Amino acid sequence: MADIATTKPQASEAAPPGRVSGAAWRILERLLSLAILLLVIEGGIRGFDVPAYVFPTPSSIAVALYEGVVNGNYLSALAVTLTEILVGFTIGSTCGILLGIAMVQVPVLDRIVYPYVVGLQTVPKVAIAPLMIVWFGFGISSKIFIVALTCLFPSLINTIAGLRAVDSDRIALITAMCGTRTQLLRYVQLPNALPYIMAGLNTGIVLAVIGAIVGEFVGAKTGIGVLILQANFGLDLASMFAALVLIAVTGVVLNLVLRLIETKLCFWSGKATK
Amino acid sequence: MTPASPARLKSSHALEVSAVGLTYRTSSGSVEALRDITLDVAEGEFVTVVGPSGCGKSSLLKLILGLERATRGRLAVGGREIAGPSRGVGAVFQAPVLLPWRTIEENVLLPADVMKLDRPSATERARALLQMAGLGGFEQKYPYELSGGMQHRAAIVRALVHDPKLLIMDEPFAALDAITREQMAGELQRVWMDSRKTVMFITHSISEAVFLSDRIAVMSPRPGRIVAVFDNPAPRPRTFADLLSPELARLSAEIRQSLDLACAA
Repeated sequence: MADIATTKPQASEAAPPGRVSGAAWRILERLLSLAILLLVIEGGIRGFDVPAYVFPTPSSIAVALYEGVVNGNYLSALAVTLTEILVGFTIGSTCGILLGIAMVQVPVLDRIVYPYVVGLQTVPKVAIAPLMIVWFGFGISSKIFIVALTCLFPSLINTIAGLRAVDSDRIALITAMCGTRTQLLRYVQLPNALPYIMAGLNTGIVLAVIGAIVGEFVGAKTGIGVLILQANFGLDLASMFAALVLIAVTGVVLNLVLRLIETKLCFWSGKATK
Repeated sequence: MTPASPARLKSSHALEVSAVGLTYRTSSGSVEALRDITLDVAEGEFVTVVGPSGCGKSSLLKLILGLERATRGRLAVGGREIAGPSRGVGAVFQAPVLLPWRTIEENVLLPADVMKLDRPSATERARALLQMAGLGGFEQKYPYELSGGMQHRAAIVRALVHDPKLLIMDEPFAALDAITREQMAGELQRVWMDSRKTVMFITHSISEAVFLSDRIAVMSPRPGRIVAVFDNPAPRPRTFADLLSPELARLSAEIRQSLDLACAA
C-alpha cells in the first residue's frame, strides 16, 4: 500500500569538478535559449497582430513586472504568499515525517490511519479550501492550513517508503549488536530514508506553491493569487502574466534550494556500497 | 563419521552447539534446515564449517548470533545459553554492510554507539585496529571511496571493536576475486594470531578452510548435518604455498572426498 505515489530519490547530479567555464556555459545556454524563445513569441505576437487582451507580448509583461516590483505591490503580495508557503510547508512536512515514522514504528497506527490519509489526499484541496476559509477566515492562517494539508501527503508517503526500504543485512547488523528498534531507526532507517524524504519535500514545496495560490483564489485579502484574480477581472493580461512569472520563479528557486540541501545531506546517495 | 572432539573441559568452550535442530515452517509445509548439529569450539580456536550452498551454514550462524531460535538442542556462548543477540559475539557477513553515510571510523564505531560503550576509548581501539588492518589514513573516508577488499577489512574491524570473545564470519570473502581473497585470508590469520579470538568461520572454499583453521567441520545439505570433523595441526603462520605440502594436500583431499560424499548422499 505504502508505495503509491512514491517519488524515487534522485541521484545527485555530479558536476565535473574544476570546470567553471563548463558551468558558465550551461547558464549561458539556458539564458540564450530563453532569450531566443521570448524573441520568437514577441515577433509572433507583433507579426500576427494578436491583441494584448488575448496574449500580451513578453516586453509588456516585463514592463508590468518591473512596475509592480518598483511600486512595491508585487513584493508585499509575494511576502504574504511566501510566508504562507514556507510556514505551511514546514508544518505539513514535519507532521508528514513524524506521522510516517509513527506509522512505520506502530503497525496498528498504520492500519488505522492510512485509509484516512489516503481519503484526505483524494479530496481535492480546492474542494476543502472554502471550508478552511469558513473555519480560519480570510487571513493568512487558512492558507497556511491548506498548504500544510497539501504538503503532508508526499512527505508522509516518502518517509514510510524510505523507512521500509531498508536492506535486511543492515537490520541483521544492528540486531546482532543487541540494538533496539529505536537504535535501528536512528542509525539505519532514518539516514536510509533521507533521500526519499528529500524527494518528498521536493514534491511538497512545488505543491505548496499551488496550494497557496488555490487558497488565495478561494478567499484572501492579499497575495500573488489575489493579484492574478484582480488582473484577470481587469483583463490586464500583462500583469497577470507578470504575477505568473513571479510565482513560477518562486517555485523554481524554492525547489533549487531544496535540491542543494539534498545534495549536501545525501552526498552518499547513489554511490555503490554493499 | 568422526565425532566432534571428545572430552574437552566444559569451561574452556567458547561455543557449544549440542544436538541442535532447526525446522522452518513455510506455507508449503515444514523444511528441516538443520539436524542434530553438535560442535564445540574451544577458547581461542579457529573452526571452519565447509559445505555446499544451501546446507544450512548460514542458518547455523543465525542461531549462534541469536537472530533465530533453534527448534531442538542447546547453544551456548561462554557457558551461557543463547537467548538472543549477545555482546560477546562479533559478526562479519558476506557483504561488508557498511553504512554509506558514515565514515570508515564511524562505521567501525557503530557497535560502540549501539552498545553505548565509552566513545573515547572505543575510538582509540578502533584507530589501532584500523591501523592493524592496513586502513590507517582511511578513517575519515566514506565506504564508497574504498576498494571491495578494504571495505571487507573495515567490516572485520567493526566486528572486533567491542572486543567480543567469539567472532562469527559468514563467507566474508565470497564476493572478492581470488587474489584479494587469499590476501584477506592471510591478513585474517595475522589478526587472529595477534588477538587469539575464538573464530567460527563459514566458507565453501576448501583451501581457505585448510589455510585458516584448527578444525574443519564438513556439512551435508538438506537437512544440514555435520558429517565429519578434521583436525589441522599444521604450524602457523601458514602460507597458501603450505597447502601443497603432503599433509595439507592429503587433508584437502579428505575434506573434498567427504564433501563429495555428503553432496551425493
